[in-house]
Amino acid sequence: MDSMKVYKLMTMTNEALQNLIGGWFPNPEADKVSEVVDVPETEEGSEKEVKAPELVNPSLLEFTEEGSQFLNITVQPEQLHELMSLLRENSETNFDYLFCLSGVDWGKELGVVYHLESTNHRHSIVVKVNTADRENPTFDTVCNIWETAEFHEREVFDFFGVKFNNHPNLKYLFLTEDWEGYPLRKDYVDEINMVIK
Amino acid sequence: METTTVNNNFKSEEYFINMGPQHPATHGVLRLLLTIDGEIIKKVEPDLGYIHRSIEKMCERDSYQQIVHLTDRMDYLSSHINNEAVCLTVENALQLEIPDRVKVIRTIIGELTRIASHCLWWGVMGMDVGALTTYFYGFRDREMINDIFEETCGARLTMNYNIPGGLMYDIHPNFVQRTKDFVKHFKTKIPEYDKLLTGNVIFQKRMKGVGILTKEDAISFGASGPVGRGSGYSCDVRKHHPYSALDKVTFNEALKTEGDSLARYEVRIMEMWESLSIIEQLIDNIPEGDYKVATNAVIKLPKGEYYQRVEAARGELGVYVISTGTKNPYRLKFRSPGLSNLSLLNHISVGGKIGDLVATMATLDIVVPDIDR
Repeated sequence: MDSMKVYKLMTMTNEALQNLIGGWFPNPEADKVSEVVDVPETEEGSEKEVKAPELVNPSLLEFTEEGSQFLNITVQPEQLHELMSLLRENSETNFDYLFCLSGVDWGKELGVVYHLESTNHRHSIVVKVNTADRENPTFDTVCNIWETAEFHEREVFDFFGVKFNNHPNLKYLFLTEDWEGYPLRKDYVDEINMVIK
Repeated sequence: METTTVNNNFKSEEYFINMGPQHPATHGVLRLLLTIDGEIIKKVEPDLGYIHRSIEKMCERDSYQQIVHLTDRMDYLSSHINNEAVCLTVENALQLEIPDRVKVIRTIIGELTRIASHCLWWGVMGMDVGALTTYFYGFRDREMINDIFEETCGARLTMNYNIPGGLMYDIHPNFVQRTKDFVKHFKTKIPEYDKLLTGNVIFQKRMKGVGILTKEDAISFGASGPVGRGSGYSCDVRKHHPYSALDKVTFNEALKTEGDSLARYEVRIMEMWESLSIIEQLIDNIPEGDYKVATNAVIKLPKGEYYQRVEAARGELGVYVISTGTKNPYRLKFRSPGLSNLSLLNHISVGGKIGDLVATMATLDIVVPDIDR
């Protein structure tokens, strides 16, 4: 507290977070569609008008709260680093604590899940990024934003084979250098050491 | 390798040295690759994986009741708290109403576990800086807690006392009295600890101003537990996200702002006092009732994602479960406090001496199976 700028505790609701963060990445498609909808402004077509804006996401990010206690954001790999920097630097969101970084094999896609918390505002969020490229999955590193990501990204590299651009020291953390395959992927086979029921 | 000439006569050269994996000061099979110049540390790089068992992969195969047993083997010094984390995740996902009796007993045993863990740490801490007596004192008091556990749970280290839905058995009739005896005994022992080690001049000189971690860095490196709190970073999960009976008790979060080795040491000593206070508030008021609620023999979590945070003895333990609605988790990730705490070792020890590295590492309180899950 003494050494840092004192923040006022401003916990944001999930809805407020969604509106703020969604506004950073507006979907260029959304404006076009709404213009088209606005033109035939008749009273009969009012039902269609209500449906149309819901179909097109106003943001490039996808938000969901379904089946999770946190607000989940799904982001495209190209926007990952920009989004993460904004989440960290923006004084309203101020997510300064990356408390969990996990790799997940979703079956077809490989992904990384980031759990973030703000130690000043005490709100949390989950960011997910996925890629369908199983041969050479690559995301941008976030370890220049949160130092803790350096080790946790190396752990994901070990077990899922996900590479991170601009990582300062991307080599195996737990596995030996000559290890073949990625043990935590669902299609990993090891007939000797794995007991399959 | 960098070579610098000193006084035109002597050359100083950087070189590598291996510390571990069989080194007593690394507290387990941890290998550190040190780059040093004379006695000055230039870089510390941990090499991990010597005892990696891939618990996360095994969890994908096992049922939720079985997973509880694997978690003892992560951070074995806070096994009860690890078990509790998994049970809480399952119970919250199933929206089970847990009896108050279970919550109170879990909290008491959790705090006893924390004291036992800190006792062992205190003994080893002294030994790492050359005071052998502390080792015996720490183990003597920890032994009393282990006896209490043995009577109630049937095990001294890997307890497996928690099951999804409650506890495996009810507490032993002697539990309350023995715990009270221990609290009374241990209250006379912490001042002894202070007298023996904390105030010792040599110890103070080894600890003060060494291995400084600022609050900003603590948050950025994901430090948690006493390591974070020694830097003035309020990160106690028991305060910010209370679980079990921790919302019913009052206690102070141990905080120090210096950020050096001594601050991390003092935070743990303060935590032992707070844990005693929590136990005292609860031990006379264990509610009557069932010690478990019935669950299905096959537990299936509803489809979704669940995250549970608890304060283990070393810091924040997270359990992240992705369920597809089957009897096994689709993916289970343990966020262990040890890996994040170890990642900042390089940052705080560069520029110091090798002897200080051992002392600094002892204040991080690393348990290697917690890092190599």
